[in-house]
Amino acid sequence: MAASPAPFSLSASTVAARLRAAVAPAAAARGRQRRGRMVVRARIREIFMPALSSTMTEGKIVSWTAAEGDRVSKGDAVVVVESDKADMDVETFHDGIVAAVLVPAGESAPVGAPIALLAESEEEVSLAVAKAQELAKGGQPQQAPPPSADAAGTPPPPPPPAAEAPVAAPAPLAAGTKGIATPQAKKLAKQHRVDITKVTGTGPYGRITPADVEAAAGIQPKPKVSPAAAAPPPASAPAVAAVPQAAVLPPVPGATVVPFTTMQAAVSKNMMESLAVPAFRVGYPIVTDKLDDLYEKVKPKGVTMTVLLAKAAAMALAQHPVVNASCRDGKSFTYNSNINIAVAVAIDGGLITPVLQDADKLDIYLLSQNWKDLVKKARAKQLQPNEYSSGTFTLSNLGMFGVDRFDAILPPGQGAIMAVGASKLTVVADKDGFFSVKSKMLVNVTADHRIVYGADLAAFLQTFAKIIEDPEGLTL
Amino acid sequence: MQSTAAVPMSASVITTGGSGARSGAARRPGRIRVCWLRGEALACPSLRISQEPARRAVARAAAASNGAVAGSGGFDYDLVIIGAGVGGHGAALHAVEEGLKTAIIEGDVVGGTCVNRGCVPSKALLAVSGRMRELHDEHHMKSLGLQVSSPGYDRQAVADHANNLASKIRSNLTNSMNALGVDILTGVGTIVGKQKVRYGKVGFPDKEITARNIIIATGSVPFVPKGIEIDGKTVFTSDHALKLESVPDWIAIVGSGYIGLEFSDVYTALGSEVTFVEALDQLMPGFDPEIAKLAQRVLINPRKIDYHTGVFASKITPAKDGKPVLIELIDAKTKEHKETLEVDAALIATGRAPFTKGLGLENINVVTQRGFVPVDERMQVMDADGNVVPDLYCIGDANGKLMLAHAASAQGISVVEQISGRDHVLNHLSIPAACFTHPEISMVGLTEPQAREKADKEGFEINVVKTSFKANTKALAENGADGLAKLIYRRDTGEILGVHILGLHAADLIHEASNAIALGTCVQDIKFAVHAHPTLSEVLDELFKSAKLQPRGVQDSKPNQPPQPLLKVLSFITSLFSSQK
Repeated sequence: MAASPAPFSLSASTVAARLRAAVAPAAAARGRQRRGRMVVRARIREIFMPALSSTMTEGKIVSWTAAEGDRVSKGDAVVVVESDKADMDVETFHDGIVAAVLVPAGESAPVGAPIALLAESEEEVSLAVAKAQELAKGGQPQQAPPPSADAAGTPPPPPPPAAEAPVAAPAPLAAGTKGIATPQAKKLAKQHRVDITKVTGTGPYGRITPADVEAAAGIQPKPKVSPAAAAPPPASAPAVAAVPQAAVLPPVPGATVVPFTTMQAAVSKNMMESLAVPAFRVGYPIVTDKLDDLYEKVKPKGVTMTVLLAKAAAMALAQHPVVNASCRDGKSFTYNSNINIAVAVAIDGGLITPVLQDADKLDIYLLSQNWKDLVKKARAKQLQPNEYSSGTFTLSNLGMFGVDRFDAILPPGQGAIMAVGASKLTVVADKDGFFSVKSKMLVNVTADHRIVYGADLAAFLQTFAKIIEDPEGLTL
Repeated sequence: MQSTAAVPMSASVITTGGSGARSGAARRPGRIRVCWLRGEALACPSLRISQEPARRAVARAAAASNGAVAGSGGFDYDLVIIGAGVGGHGAALHAVEEGLKTAIIEGDVVGGTCVNRGCVPSKALLAVSGRMRELHDEHHMKSLGLQVSSPGYDRQAVADHANNLASKIRSNLTNSMNALGVDILTGVGTIVGKQKVRYGKVGFPDKEITARNIIIATGSVPFVPKGIEIDGKTVFTSDHALKLESVPDWIAIVGSGYIGLEFSDVYTALGSEVTFVEALDQLMPGFDPEIAKLAQRVLINPRKIDYHTGVFASKITPAKDGKPVLIELIDAKTKEHKETLEVDAALIATGRAPFTKGLGLENINVVTQRGFVPVDERMQVMDADGNVVPDLYCIGDANGKLMLAHAASAQGISVVEQISGRDHVLNHLSIPAACFTHPEISMVGLTEPQAREKADKEGFEINVVKTSFKANTKALAENGADGLAKLIYRRDTGEILGVHILGLHAADLIHEASNAIALGTCVQDIKFAVHAHPTLSEVLDELFKSAKLQPRGVQDSKPNQPPQPLLKVLSFITSLFSSQK
């Protein structure tokens, strides 16, 4: 299945980012007016070509069930899309009016490309139509969305570091016949988004073979699954969306460029978003001898260290709700009613954060059972969105790889993330000055300083350490 | 049986364009043959086998039995068949059963195209490709719990398997005729006059025999359009391809009918990449559109295959002087040059042309139409003035009615019935066809558009019901749940108009439907027939059971649409399943 969990749902994301991207080259002069996007953001949405299967790279519009000018509500089927596998009704995520159909029935568009514009109200229809024309002109809008006069006085927000063309912009469809490519080579090129005209053929008569394309895409003949470090998690991003990226650096000669997969794109997007959050880090050493003993005891019952740590974190969070909170608008605390521990898991070609829901309430045996199911689903790429995006706190453990300490990047929508290192034998002096050898691990929590302050985090870690150092409570 | 020999002229044949006049309705060249013959079969008011004894036949029966007893009444034979292919063989066997003194003339090898250069050896190759495909499908193997490490194949051994199979079937055929006392006469047969055949070496037919009845069953040869140079090594037809002398890295297949499709299955399973060249706007033009669409998803898109549609291969040059095979493509409509392909080999699968030269038809005032011998619905040959030539019949590919091996055989049996005194008209709409890809495709009767056209014309309503192989236990057990079966029937009478299947063992499943059509069994009756559980045959059971008739006395003006939402769900499930691969 697709990395995108709800393959038949239609992603409609705001038009702003893309337009912004398109405008960027001419941005300097118009910068002052471009605040308009904040307003536009909510009103005109793009309907994207959804990814209906993992192998789908482009889709053909069989028919539009909604016509231009139709009012649609969330969940309505608006278009029938033919993928490489099947015809499917595609629903909209939002209420609105279909303002402009960008890709008419019978034509194809790459996954992630806009296929229609959805206006929120009648007033925006004409605006959307204008936008559609701009998009049709090859993403060279003449001017930014106008209805933003209200914001004229305030200074313009700094433009994004740079803009890049929409990721899913119409890929050049193997136009050139210069380099002869075999059928499979063409298929792979499409799949991996490799520009086949730039691939050098090494096959018979200089033709481009599948191996050439794979080499260009950086794929090893036999890809080995390396259990790479589980860094912070990706979040939802159900479908391919424009990924704002850092400035595009000039290509390095001789290097191979491998485009992100959907999941990797989602990770990248989330990482970039974290830059807008003022995060800070607090570390804490914890003696784990008793936890290790407990672990040995419960291990035969299928309980893993991950679950024990998650349970401990959940119990500590129950006492420190602010660490389980998040800051959504920069103006308030959002206290979560549940304690859902997301745990970062490395999977083939990316990472994902299955969520142990209500980790404070369920016992470790139940949690272990849930965890096993989640991991199995994650590896099969079958997690449902609520199973990986409902976390309120994230746990990332690299201890099993011998990492003694690291710090994690805060995922969007969460207040804190805990990075756990390996437990190591360490000489410890107790309060009376006696030395002893204990197992000690370092945990490091990254938190959003808008809502979680140093003392909060310290108190939380103290509680957490107490639970770990006297872990009998975990089994209750 | 059928397959390679079977194909009606497929699409990429430029020259068939001229024959459009034959079928008013069908403008597209590739479909002409099918449409035409179906049209004709439709014109026959009763779709059932007519048992009504014709006066003429009664008279003939008397003569025939006479002949059999008294040395064929002055003739050397009661029946002489020219051509010992599947059609001739079927006719000969039935003739013996009817007590006719029978001879069969063969200038090449017994068994004809089907056995030697067609359906039979191709089935051997497809048996190999099916297994290779399974063994290479890691997901499939894993889900069955099997572990297989890097399966490979020995090309020569595969080729030998095909060749051995052909010789085995050939000798079976020969033996069966010998055992029954059919005289096998070696040479090329020529009709020299009424009830008179000469045979012998090409150009020197030195022996002459007389026969009360003659059947022409000379079959067909691969059709090669103009501009294509065959060298048998890098540019070849199915005749060469079946020897499997090489497995090219990249092969272009010109024509996406049965032959092309089956070979694409073989070649991709053995590691080749395939490029289809199809003159019509879509692949697999002869199939029911819905089946063709699914076939494209199952048999084309996930494989190492690409295609060019709406183009003719105007010129194909074999590989030589260090250059690959060059294929020039021109737009099918504008005739403008579009592209030049460079591939390792090209298989010409543009259909088959009748093999009727040298038959001496001019001696009896018969003019062939594009090589085909004109016949009426009883396979009686028609002369240039449109009159029946007495005692002369033509069956199989040579008459072009339905170019399938088993159709030829059925026509032969029908002819023998007639000359034995029982009038018989073969219902061509009950003849199934199959394409032995993995999974297989099979069909009988009308496609949905054909059925709708007929319904419009004759003023009745049709219903279409479908079922998926995903709902079938046996298919799921085999991990082969890709598939669809589709039934088209009359809403008022329950008459079965067409059945189309894509799925595991579809070629074996179709016969329940074709027999029902042949015997005139309607859905409301056949739905009570019992099927063993769990078997793939339950796919058809399900299909019949889901068919609903118009309630009696209710005149509903709006035809029932197929249950679209259900289909959507099915196709969605399909996508979920298949996308996990």
